[in-house]
Amino acid sequence: MAELSERPFPVGDYPVVVVGSGPGGLQTSYFLKRLGIEHALISADPQPGGMFRRFPFFQRLLSWTKPYAPVPRDDRWYQWYDWNSLLADEAKARAIMPTLMDGTSSFPSRPEMEANLVAFVERAGLRVRYDCRWEATRRDGDRFVLSTTDGEYRCQVAIFAVGIAEPFKPDTPGFDLAAHYADTRPAETYAGKRLFIVGKENSGFELATGLLQWAQRIVLASPRPAKLSVNTHSLLGVRARYVQPFEDQNLGGGVFILNASIDRIERTSSGGFRVFCVRSEDGVELNVEADEVIAATGFQCPLRDLPDLGVAVFGRSNLPAMTNYYESATVPGIYFAGTIGQGVSGMKKYGLPANSGAVHGARYNARTMVYHVAATHFGIELPRPEVKADALIDLLLTEATRAPELWNQKSYLARAFSLDAGSGIRDEGITPLAQFVDEEGPAAVAIAVETDDTGDIHPAVYVREAGRPAVETLLASNALHDFRSVENRAQLSSLLSGATAGAVR
Amino acid sequence: MAMTQQELVDMLSSLTLFADLTRPQLEQVAHKMTEESFPVGQRILRQGFTGTGFYVILDGEVAVKIDGEERARLAKGDFFGEMSILLGEPPVADIVTTRQLHVLHLGGPELEGFLRDHPQVMYRMLKAIALRLRNASRWRS
Repeated sequence: MAELSERPFPVGDYPVVVVGSGPGGLQTSYFLKRLGIEHALISADPQPGGMFRRFPFFQRLLSWTKPYAPVPRDDRWYQWYDWNSLLADEAKARAIMPTLMDGTSSFPSRPEMEANLVAFVERAGLRVRYDCRWEATRRDGDRFVLSTTDGEYRCQVAIFAVGIAEPFKPDTPGFDLAAHYADTRPAETYAGKRLFIVGKENSGFELATGLLQWAQRIVLASPRPAKLSVNTHSLLGVRARYVQPFEDQNLGGGVFILNASIDRIERTSSGGFRVFCVRSEDGVELNVEADEVIAATGFQCPLRDLPDLGVAVFGRSNLPAMTNYYESATVPGIYFAGTIGQGVSGMKKYGLPANSGAVHGARYNARTMVYHVAATHFGIELPRPEVKADALIDLLLTEATRAPELWNQKSYLARAFSLDAGSGIRDEGITPLAQFVDEEGPAAVAIAVETDDTGDIHPAVYVREAGRPAVETLLASNALHDFRSVENRAQLSSLLSGATAGAVR
Repeated sequence: MAMTQQELVDMLSSLTLFADLTRPQLEQVAHKMTEESFPVGQRILRQGFTGTGFYVILDGEVAVKIDGEERARLAKGDFFGEMSILLGEPPVADIVTTRQLHVLHLGGPELEGFLRDHPQVMYRMLKAIALRLRNASRWRS
């Protein structure tokens, strides 16, 4: 009983309840705590880490942390070189990841990442009620009621950071016979097997890469050709670490990468499988025999009964429809954090998505969301420091050159400054770019970092006159990504000459 | 709305733009394009902005606005964004959601390859653009 009584956040009524102890839930709780917003953080898991307690299956992340960077680790700019640490204001809780890596790779191992999150909880002084599973949700007046294995939590604002964690398989006949990526066994148990992997995204190629030395033959199939991140100039597509199967295919080494839809999967009399495919290119039927079929077909959001409450969802991943601040578009007061944030597309220029599905994007989204919750639900306004007019151009170009938020979330997050005649130039902090360019407001300027279809990385400036839509101007790129050029200063000066005039007293 | 893969393919087969595609081709379209959702009041295309995409409406409604003035409404089965991609110029109109929007999206740089891979879609698109042109001419006369 003594141990039970030490568990934090007993059932009751809280201003905010956060569900989930993966990176999204922890980062959200951290910023709520910093703003003094009372909340309960509950999790079905026995310890922090979320998906990183188990995945990636082959134990090495796809997101870098570079221990030796051109800036100190306790500097804000270092976050660009460290995609895996959560954000913190206190030095002891910042940049934890590089201190836990063994030097064998710039991509941390899964256990290192898990340790990073455990250490964050300790150093940031977060408290989590573990082994408390959220099971159902209902409304009671102006409160949400979350039923859990420990009882009922009531709250004004509910934030769900439950990941995209539920294995998903298509409803194509026979997929119930196939294993899911999440059920992958130890690699050596695939020795000598003929594998058929459905799906040509990173999870499929992670398996193919990890099982190359074990499998007799590997077939990967999905209807459209695989994209490679080195070609898309983004994290969209198969990452560089997983391209070995392509080389094996090109050299005829027992790997086959097919563009084909799966018509059905059947058992054979010998206990194996026959996969009936239709090639995308010519509609020709192709039947492939395999000893194992693995569906690397992704995951869904475990939103439980939230759709019954009115939360609109969409897409294969069962993502909630959200505003630019990650609030349900249909049920105000319900928010989402962590990988679920990828349901907010933002500008998606040239088709390139933001990095909201990864820690290095989601950590900034969580901060943006918490600041919004603080302002709109609890009347907490963040400081908006005044900026001197002669410092503005330097600030904008320095942000474009170094700000981790802008580099991690290109065309998605921006640094904004209001230029209101009455209150001078004010630093509005990091803001969702789509929100900035679409909302009516005072005169303002925002800067973002963007990549175009040629792979060129450059700053983009959005200048908004009071009550009018923002106007886009692209600034010049630089071979070494230092955008603080004479040319860019002159262009910004010209763009802002009229806009800032009213704000300079 | 969340749909299974089969339901999505069924829905695509009911849209005029994809009416000539075989089921495997529809599955390829469903994999190639990504589903996205936008709240009411958000701009999907922005007049004068670079890097736009191609969208097919699965559910919801948008308004077409030029310099703030509404010119048309688009709903399920309609598409937008192709003009600026084909011309390599920023959009000349805003597309603003008037009802919660569920769309299929294709990045601008992928549209040419997509249309070459699916000439039946290109033909349907051409017909739709011709209709728009005819209606615009009537409207002006």
